[in-house]
Amino acid sequence: MGRIKKVLGSSVVLFLALASPGWTETKDSCVSCHSTLDGALGRPAKDFGSDVHHQAGLICSDCHGGNPEDDSMDAMSPAKGFRGAPAKAKVPEFCGKCHSDGSYMRRYNPKLRTDQLSQYATSVHGQRLKKGDTKVAACVDCHGVHNILAVSDSRAPVYPTNVADTCARCHSDSHSMAEYKIPTDQAAHYQKSVHATILTDGDTSAPTCTTCHGNHGATPPGLTSVANVCGTCHVFFAQLFQKSPHGAAFEEMGLPGCVQCHSNHEILKPSDEWVGVGSKSVCITCHVEGDAGYAAAQKISEDLAKLNQSQQQAENILATAERTGMEVSSARLELSQSNEAIVKARVAVHTLDPAEVGKLTDPGLKSSAKAYEAGTAALHESNLRRKGLGLSLIFIVMAIAGLALKIREMESKPRP
Amino acid sequence: MPGLLAGLTQWLDDRFGAAALQEFLRHKTIPLHRHTIWYYFGGMTLFLFVIQVLTGILLLLYYRPTPNDAFESVQYVMTQVRFGWLIRSVHSWSANLMIFTASVHMFSVYFLKAYRKPRELTWVTGMFLFFIVLGFGFTGYLLPWNTLAYFATKVGTQMGGSIPGVGKWLLMFLRGGDEVTGATLTRFFGFHVAVLPGLATIMLAAHLLLVQRLGMSVPPSIEARIAEGREKSTIMPFFPNFLLRDMIGWYAALGALGALAAIFPWELGTKADPFAPAPAGIRPEWYFLFMFQTLKLLPSKVLFLDGEFAGILGFSLAGMVWVAVPFIDRQVGFSRVTRIFTGLGVFALGYIVLMSALVFK
Repeated sequence: MGRIKKVLGSSVVLFLALASPGWTETKDSCVSCHSTLDGALGRPAKDFGSDVHHQAGLICSDCHGGNPEDDSMDAMSPAKGFRGAPAKAKVPEFCGKCHSDGSYMRRYNPKLRTDQLSQYATSVHGQRLKKGDTKVAACVDCHGVHNILAVSDSRAPVYPTNVADTCARCHSDSHSMAEYKIPTDQAAHYQKSVHATILTDGDTSAPTCTTCHGNHGATPPGLTSVANVCGTCHVFFAQLFQKSPHGAAFEEMGLPGCVQCHSNHEILKPSDEWVGVGSKSVCITCHVEGDAGYAAAQKISEDLAKLNQSQQQAENILATAERTGMEVSSARLELSQSNEAIVKARVAVHTLDPAEVGKLTDPGLKSSAKAYEAGTAALHESNLRRKGLGLSLIFIVMAIAGLALKIREMESKPRP
Repeated sequence: MPGLLAGLTQWLDDRFGAAALQEFLRHKTIPLHRHTIWYYFGGMTLFLFVIQVLTGILLLLYYRPTPNDAFESVQYVMTQVRFGWLIRSVHSWSANLMIFTASVHMFSVYFLKAYRKPRELTWVTGMFLFFIVLGFGFTGYLLPWNTLAYFATKVGTQMGGSIPGVGKWLLMFLRGGDEVTGATLTRFFGFHVAVLPGLATIMLAAHLLLVQRLGMSVPPSIEARIAEGREKSTIMPFFPNFLLRDMIGWYAALGALGALAAIFPWELGTKADPFAPAPAGIRPEWYFLFMFQTLKLLPSKVLFLDGEFAGILGFSLAGMVWVAVPFIDRQVGFSRVTRIFTGLGVFALGYIVLMSALVFK
């Protein structure tokens, strides 16, 4: 009986030991103690299960030091190497201890960069933190503390679709930003932009805050103005603009390049009405009637409008022809060249040279005219077919009538 | 002109005994009663088949049966060849109309019990002709090599592959390989322009010979009324009375085909891309919809059988029973058993219509 009791007792103890939360292959007194606590002391133990560091096999003491095999308060003795939670100003170095060590990081994820700490030091956040401003963002403000997820995880605060909300936590808070005297409407403007729409629709290569402003560093290296970042994706536009009269002029006047016409955060899908001298035009912000720029804008917008109109007319007639059942695929191919011309002409607008734009709109006009001609011919052919059908139906009806009369004549005669 | 005709007739008679044939045909009669209208549908189907052969031969002059050229050759016919648009659209519309009239002909023969003795083989040859016509529809559909055609063929041939045992072999035989490729197009073209026309000619000759030899059947209900003296037995000579009426129908069909070709030309579609995914909502042509819907509704397992195979097995068995109906329903007169078979026919027709309609829900 006694032996049975011993065996049963040991089994219970073993079971309880096995069932304790956060059980790992090695004993972890941090988790077993902190998981029983409430509030801020208990949260790390509860959060850490989903953390990417936990997935990699790290435990509390790997960052915070101490002795995870000691169940007593001695586990948190500085003499035993306990480092505790770092002060805000020390957070970057705390994380950087591992994340800046290439040979260490290679064991876990060779793909990861290890320049985050050095980049951060160049940023406004990093420089202000060094001067003692603990309100600024450091690693844990963007990445989280004990529930850090990989950047590629769509739930992570630094996943592309979440970045704007993460930055906005501080940058849209007028109380937090008051002392820095910077606006707090950037996130609201960005959400209305075409970049935000594309990003939400699933293209994670679309720009968000960190794309232009950098994530750890302030600006991408080698660039003097955020406005120059546009050209890293919109290459042709930037190149043409630099060579245009506006390139040098804007630099001289200290105007922010692309941002001057396209805005910085609320970048909307541009319309052809922005070019020219109409009410929605951006040109007339600076140019007045009589100056060379005004005349150039007017000519460019007229050429674009002519091409758009011609293209639309051709599109309409081809759609009508298609509805009547005509085969117009070769005319559509011709029209697609006109579409291409419009796209290229819109790029060429950034040369601000009517002649350059004209070189592209003229062939476009020829293509849309050809497509229109083909559409007209198709409609004409469709009408001809229906007339032919009408004529043949007349003959068919006559034949049927003839047959019916013949039958009647035959059957009205008495049979022999 | 009458002299020329008489001379020609004499020439043929001297060599082939044509006068006897002429005499036989002169005496061909059509029974007149309230169901006479259904007698027109066999001839209508034949007329549409002739249209298919003529337009098909014209299309053969331009069609190229390879994946690189098939679509473009049809596009060429539709846009560049004089009246090519008309021939191609008539061919496509007439195919659908022919399957419709063949179905009407089949069901009218079934419900009017024209399959009874001595016309059992007329029914059997007719059913083989119907399957050949469906084969024409299935093989012809792939030939334009557009997206719909490609994926409809892929799905259709896939169903054959689900049959245990012979499935894999059947799939390879139909497709000319594992996938639908140029090899599939080549053999479907071969079936469509050579094999099936050959089989159809033999079957049609047998079918028409039997119809001429056995004459037109009178439905049992009418026979009963005549026997009871409630109706007089009236007939109409085939030549020229019924034939002239047939021709009215054929002219009307010609007019309908022309109108459909001119006002609703058959779509060209987009060239097939084997690497693209199947378009959403892909479905076969209307005459296969009821089978398609049934297979969609069947669970993945029916007892111990794979769902798709169970469906195919079900349709195959139903088809075999349908072909064998004259040997199962041997009633000569109008009786309770006749009503049971009528009920089964109504069920079959209702099932086909309902299942086809459900696809569009």
